[in-house]
Amino acid sequence: MELHELGLYELQSKLNQGEVSPQEIINAIFKRIHEVDDKVKAFLTLDEENAIKKAAALCKGENRTGLMAGMPFALKDLICTRGLRTTCASRMLENFIPTYDATVASRLNNAQGILIGKLNMDEFAMGCSNELSAFFPTHNPWDLNRVPGGSSGGAAAAVAAREVPVALGSDTAGSIRQPAAYCGVVGFKPSYGRVSRWGVAAYASSMDQVGVIARNVEDCALVLNTIAGKDPLDGTSADIEVPDYTSYLIPDIKGLRLGYPREFFAQPALDPGIKDLVEEALRKYEDMGAIVEEISLPYSEYALPVYYIIGPAEASANMACYDGVRFGLRDLEADNVLDMYCNSRANGFGDEVKRRVMWGTYVLSSGQYEAYYLKAMKVRRLIKNDFDNVFAHIDLIITPTTPTTAFKLGEKNNDFLTSCKNEVFTVSANLAGLPAISIPCGFSDGLPVGMQIIGSAFNEGKVLQAAYAFQQNTPYHQYKLQIGGEQK
Amino acid sequence: MTLTIKEIEDIALLARIKLQEDEKDKFAQQLNIVREFTNRIKELDTEGVEPLTHVLPTYNVFRDDNVCPSSPREEMLSNGPLVEDGQYKVPKIM
Amino acid sequence: MNQDYEVIIGLEVHAELKTDSKIFCSCSTAFGAEPNTQICPGCSGFPGMLPVLNKKVVEIAIKAGLALNCEIAEVCRFDRKNYFYPDLPRAYQISQLDFPICRNGYLEIEVDGEKKRIGINRAHMEEDAGKLVHQGNITSTPFSLVDLNRSGMPLLEIVSEPDMRSAQEARAYMEKLRSILLFAGISDCKMQEGSLRCDANISVRPRGQKHFGIRTEIKNLNSFRALERAIEYEARRHIEAIEDGEELIQETRTWNEAKQITMSMRSKEQAEDYRYFPDPDLLPVKIDREWVERIRATLPEMPDQAQQRLITQYGLPSYDAAVLTMTPEFLAYFDACMDLYHDAKTVSNWMMGELSKFLNQNNIEISDCKVKPAALARLLTLIDEGKISGKMAKTVFEEMFNTGQEPDAIIKGKGMVQISDESTLLKLIDDTLTANPKVVEDYKNGKAKAFGFFVGQIMKATKGQANPAVVNKLLQKRLQEI
Repeated sequence: MELHELGLYELQSKLNQGEVSPQEIINAIFKRIHEVDDKVKAFLTLDEENAIKKAAALCKGENRTGLMAGMPFALKDLICTRGLRTTCASRMLENFIPTYDATVASRLNNAQGILIGKLNMDEFAMGCSNELSAFFPTHNPWDLNRVPGGSSGGAAAAVAAREVPVALGSDTAGSIRQPAAYCGVVGFKPSYGRVSRWGVAAYASSMDQVGVIARNVEDCALVLNTIAGKDPLDGTSADIEVPDYTSYLIPDIKGLRLGYPREFFAQPALDPGIKDLVEEALRKYEDMGAIVEEISLPYSEYALPVYYIIGPAEASANMACYDGVRFGLRDLEADNVLDMYCNSRANGFGDEVKRRVMWGTYVLSSGQYEAYYLKAMKVRRLIKNDFDNVFAHIDLIITPTTPTTAFKLGEKNNDFLTSCKNEVFTVSANLAGLPAISIPCGFSDGLPVGMQIIGSAFNEGKVLQAAYAFQQNTPYHQYKLQIGGEQK
Repeated sequence: MTLTIKEIEDIALLARIKLQEDEKDKFAQQLNIVREFTNRIKELDTEGVEPLTHVLPTYNVFRDDNVCPSSPREEMLSNGPLVEDGQYKVPKIM
Repeated sequence: MNQDYEVIIGLEVHAELKTDSKIFCSCSTAFGAEPNTQICPGCSGFPGMLPVLNKKVVEIAIKAGLALNCEIAEVCRFDRKNYFYPDLPRAYQISQLDFPICRNGYLEIEVDGEKKRIGINRAHMEEDAGKLVHQGNITSTPFSLVDLNRSGMPLLEIVSEPDMRSAQEARAYMEKLRSILLFAGISDCKMQEGSLRCDANISVRPRGQKHFGIRTEIKNLNSFRALERAIEYEARRHIEAIEDGEELIQETRTWNEAKQITMSMRSKEQAEDYRYFPDPDLLPVKIDREWVERIRATLPEMPDQAQQRLITQYGLPSYDAAVLTMTPEFLAYFDACMDLYHDAKTVSNWMMGELSKFLNQNNIEISDCKVKPAALARLLTLIDEGKISGKMAKTVFEEMFNTGQEPDAIIKGKGMVQISDESTLLKLIDDTLTANPKVVEDYKNGKAKAFGFFVGQIMKATKGQANPAVVNKLLQKRLQEI
């Protein structure tokens, strides 16, 4: 296997045994990127010079003390990086250079990880296909005519294409899990509050979480160890101890109680091929000794409408700081502040961002607040109650990650109602703040399929355990792809 | 009940986004589709249900009254589109 | 004010809280820094920033609520108030709408001897916006400059009930509120530095009418005097409009100090819709009663209590008591003097008189005054002992104020010691009488004015240092003997 195909554990092992140097790893990574990224288009910005410098500084074994020493990683471009352009895939921030590192970036840097570059995404995390980047769409490495999913499309595609072993994305309604499913990789959204949001451009503050995309569960656990934990700069980050998530990597799940929600499996939009694969996975879990039963999440059908109100509402306030005054695109011709605001934002934002900001403004406006926003917050509680009830007697919930496999570029209308209906299975976990992972569970019509495992709050360990057990008993995470070709 | 062009104009003004004439109709239609879809929640009885404002059960997250050095001014102004006398410059307000 | 009409006034006051760091970030709150040198990405609205609440702000807010007799909420939370303005970096202000930290309080004022209770509807925590600097004034300048040092400063907004009925009552409310906030250590309350701001809401209705008239808001009131004048002007404006049958518009107006009028703040859009919603980044604040009691125990004596004490303990008139309790420093000065001197009224007179005069003239705070309480007490003792006259004491006091020297040293240095020695004065009297036989003759013939002539001569001869009481006594005696 080539260096760029290895996961973190293997790379670390080779490093520690002196088989390979940090520079060799980084060179292999950039060689791969230069070979394939003109087809995949996962990256917006590369930090090659600095990465090489950092690798050189770690060539001596005794200098490599960090948890991620010498390990290459990439960041979705809404995670601020000091001195390195951070665009959120928007014209509004095309030339924005943050003067600060997001906490998650600092933690990876301090652990001696090596930042490779910034990844493409749907503009300001608003989208489900990565077609809404202001610059260019990213392509699914399994089939270049298809979308990688979104909004962390660049992250999932880069990891799938072996351009980088791990990446951080963000997930507000499924933006890590859905692209992970479409690209046949592992995508983990931790519990709300598990990972700091400081320095990560906010979309929906009560739902956003930074998470990990990797090719296997072990790498996920390692990165989570590095980034999780209380951040005094983020008041919503939980003051709960971070266990060693790698200690949950035991392929044994005997006695674990798994539930599958009948409402999800009864969705008419659910592809039969996907349904079959997940049901097969459930049988496999039973074979491994888990107890599987049907459960009910009665309010889950309202999850998408609730998200479509709360998400844009919070976004409308979070997008307001992009006004051209202190940073970002500004209409310098405007001779008054009103025009300056209105033109700068019209020019800087794509249509989807405009739609969500306007809709969010509407549902918060006087006369609409009670019928929409307040009502949505009440239904959100009902949705969360569903999960609380279920987790009283169930350890984990198993569902398909998405109703379909990756669709073709340009196939869906670029509006959030159509393409984002594929977040129907993932969005509830964000509304309830629960940890959820998507792992590969097979192929349907030659395209990757993901299975979702949802845990109760701050039980990332159990989720990883079930994911690892499945991984160790199936071959899907080992499939090698040819860019744009079939799996091997 | 559907959003009118006038309402779209009002919302766009509140949101400080200039819409071209030919965009207003398109956005009105698109937002009306969203409106249709989200109206479903109105059919639910939520009498006595507490709104969920925060998913975490915690409260009283504080910091101590300590001063940390502020950012250097050049850094804070470095991304400013228009800067003068150590301040961000904006055009006529009224 | 016109007796046919009732003027209804409510005041909204913003007080900058005395903390070292801002409400949601760790930037300094120190006054007077160079523009944009006390900011960070957090208080400047950069991507990915998050607020974390300064615990001291909560404590100070609770303390203020207790000082204002408010109910302290069991749970309070923050909301986002959304609007665009260049001095508001996030384009939303973090404030408290539905669940403020304090409610239902009051304070007592006294106007023309009448006591009245003014209700306080609520007090809540919020952050301040930055500052805009214009060339010229806001309506004509082609551009403005944004300084965000003030962005994120912690504020307590205190909203009164519309219980005030005159400009005097409004002023009395402000003065009492300011005293209370100073005594409780809540804020510096310096209107000229902007740490205490006041907006007035005013409406007018014909006396006896049940429903309220149209309400207007007045901003840009930079002093108590401006507050009084603005309310008087605005009330008149409302009354004139009503009498002329003109329609009043509910709007925000600004007080123009130069022209002494209120002016409409013409805005392009209709009333702003703030679209308040709970801030997802800030978790709720639960305030248990033990915490409240711990803070209550730190409350010092409040102005009303202190005034009572001054009246009962020292027998001071209520006017004196009110002036002496304007600020805690002023009261502390008085108390310190009373530790060393016996007569409260004398101290009061000197503090309200000479001391205040010089403090105001020189724009000095009493805490920076060079005359310490001990020195004033000493001066008063010297007067009592007859070492200097009351008149000369004023000259000595001015010297004390300017140089910080002790009164004894000044008196000695200037040779101003009052002459009270009887034998010395008797000799002077005899000399004067001997030198003016004609005037003695006039006095004997009943011309009373001659007495004053002799006193004048003696004062002249002693450069005013002769003790007038002793001179009078001895002169009278001598003249009888002749």
